[in-house]
Amino acid sequence: MNRQGRPTHTHVGKGPEDTFTGDRGLMAEAKLIFEQDSPGACGVDLPRRDGPASTRLGNVPVRSHVGLPDLAEPRAVRHYTRLSQKNMSIDGQMYPLGSCTMKHNPRLNEKLARLPGFADLHPLQPLSTVQGALELIDTLAHWLKTLTGMPAVAMSPGAGAHGELCGMMAIRAAIDDRGETRTRVLVPESAHGTNPATAAALGFTVDTIKATDDGRVDLAAFKDRLGPDVAAIMLTNPNTCGLFERDIIDIADALHEAGGYFYCDGANFNAIVGKVRPGDLGVDAMHINLHKTFSTPHGGGGPGSGPVVLSDALAPFAPVPFVVHGPDGFRLVEHHGQDGEAEKSFGRMKGFHGQMGMFVRALAYMLSHGADGLRQASEDAVLNANYVLAGLQDKLTASFPGPCMHEALFDDRFLKGTGVGTLDLAKALIDEGFHPMTMYFPLVVHGALLIEPTESESRETLDRFIATLRHLADRAHDEDGAEAFLSAPHHTPRRRLDETAAARQPILRWTPETTQQEAAE
Amino acid sequence: MLKFTEDHEWVRVEGEIGTVGISDYAQEQLGDVVFVELPDIGKTIAKGDEAAVVESVKAASEVYAPVEGEVTQVNEALNDNPGLINSDAQGDGWFLKIKVTDASQLEALMDEAAYKAYVEGLG
Repeated sequence: MNRQGRPTHTHVGKGPEDTFTGDRGLMAEAKLIFEQDSPGACGVDLPRRDGPASTRLGNVPVRSHVGLPDLAEPRAVRHYTRLSQKNMSIDGQMYPLGSCTMKHNPRLNEKLARLPGFADLHPLQPLSTVQGALELIDTLAHWLKTLTGMPAVAMSPGAGAHGELCGMMAIRAAIDDRGETRTRVLVPESAHGTNPATAAALGFTVDTIKATDDGRVDLAAFKDRLGPDVAAIMLTNPNTCGLFERDIIDIADALHEAGGYFYCDGANFNAIVGKVRPGDLGVDAMHINLHKTFSTPHGGGGPGSGPVVLSDALAPFAPVPFVVHGPDGFRLVEHHGQDGEAEKSFGRMKGFHGQMGMFVRALAYMLSHGADGLRQASEDAVLNANYVLAGLQDKLTASFPGPCMHEALFDDRFLKGTGVGTLDLAKALIDEGFHPMTMYFPLVVHGALLIEPTESESRETLDRFIATLRHLADRAHDEDGAEAFLSAPHHTPRRRLDETAAARQPILRWTPETTQQEAAE
Repeated sequence: MLKFTEDHEWVRVEGEIGTVGISDYAQEQLGDVVFVELPDIGKTIAKGDEAAVVESVKAASEVYAPVEGEVTQVNEALNDNPGLINSDAQGDGWFLKIKVTDASQLEALMDEAAYKAYVEGLG
């Protein structure tokens, strides 16, 4: 290994399959962009500058060479295009990453987000010039409130975990407002991993509720843990085993009776949109991942966006800013007590109004599908997951008796005695042209494989995926099965990566072989 | 003598000092350990409360105190070489030493034979 953390000898021209350049057809051996530095090259012609080179960058004095490479535009474009082709992506492969909802990102969303009236806005523009944008935020808020049956929504949170933080801050503000001290937050084992992290980040003590044998919250155990010091429960529904929490109303009632608030992790809302309104279940706060449920790009394709719907009890504590509609059009409430509003707001958690680009895309998705289309998307997502479950459950080992919601959960019992683990199976799936499912999560089952096909996949693709997994499950039991799996993937730009070394001794910074640039100046 | 909890911690008490770690079964389930978070020396930890955090390529897990006690020493070697937990979980891969406040708490824990039977029962 060199200091760039790459194999030292990539260009050994020995076998007939090796090439002179090291590239293998479309599989290019890309150098780092820094190694492609071509001093003086530039994508644009800048005016000649007279006098000495600037020694300041904005107001900051330049202490040393910044080290950015000089490249012409074609070379930069080629570099990043090639890099993008080395990864699996939702545009290239089925991407059944459970819990992540990698659904198709409709191109209509992209077209609308690029309209100059949205794309070229500045968040500090006078309100009179952005009435359309504020109306869009207000309309999206209306859809979110209607779909969830909740009276209020905070639009600014930047993603799912940020939304959790927002909801839990509203809960803490409400408890403070009541003059109470509540320190404990109950988190079921079947909740998302970010839930306990959010509670802990806010200084609450996390109390774990065991799951039942059928993968749901243990209602009796939950009731045992209730008390006057319980601030909230953070529950994911449908839960991370892909199951609907059937006792959810009893849970909400018991919690409210004990004076606690109900935070629902809405990351899996995509399974129930148009079917169930969380407001009817007794939820006090729930974030909605626009980048999952409402098809905005994520996982490298764009930022998240995590609006939080709030009950009447929590609405007064919502963060600023928010949009209100008055006789003079739309305006933003930016401060505590502005125009007699937001007097109990817990404050601001983001510089501006939220992820505007994602708002445009999410609303485009809603309006192009309509209410009936959104319901059908949920139904198809659940149908597809059950199709996968039914197609695999005699070959793989399903963790809980079916049916499931939008994701199918298997454990590694079917691999017992083969020497092949969940990770090895996932690597072999890459060779077969599929992005792997989520592995080793949730933790409540052993060697988990969590498959979320989403509604985007056709029956043909699902059949191919099922047939592939069935083949791999059989192959694992062959005499030479373990050998083949343990060395997978075989058909990728890089073979099996050393995850342990990457975690134990990460190389986080590229350093040039020589640092002579300064000498040249 | 080595005593085990249902959460796969072990404790070996010599005099009033108990050495705490995770079982060989636990390290095998976790896979390669990549990071360990150890408690501050002098901290008192109640039985069943979080004593340390262990992170592997698969998951992060809490390590709970098998018995109550005050932390007297932590295994600094794990910071540089968390792989010790994989190579010798019940020896050099120990996490911390505590001054045991109530030795009677040990009675509720499993001995090696009982723990072995418990692990086999987990399938």
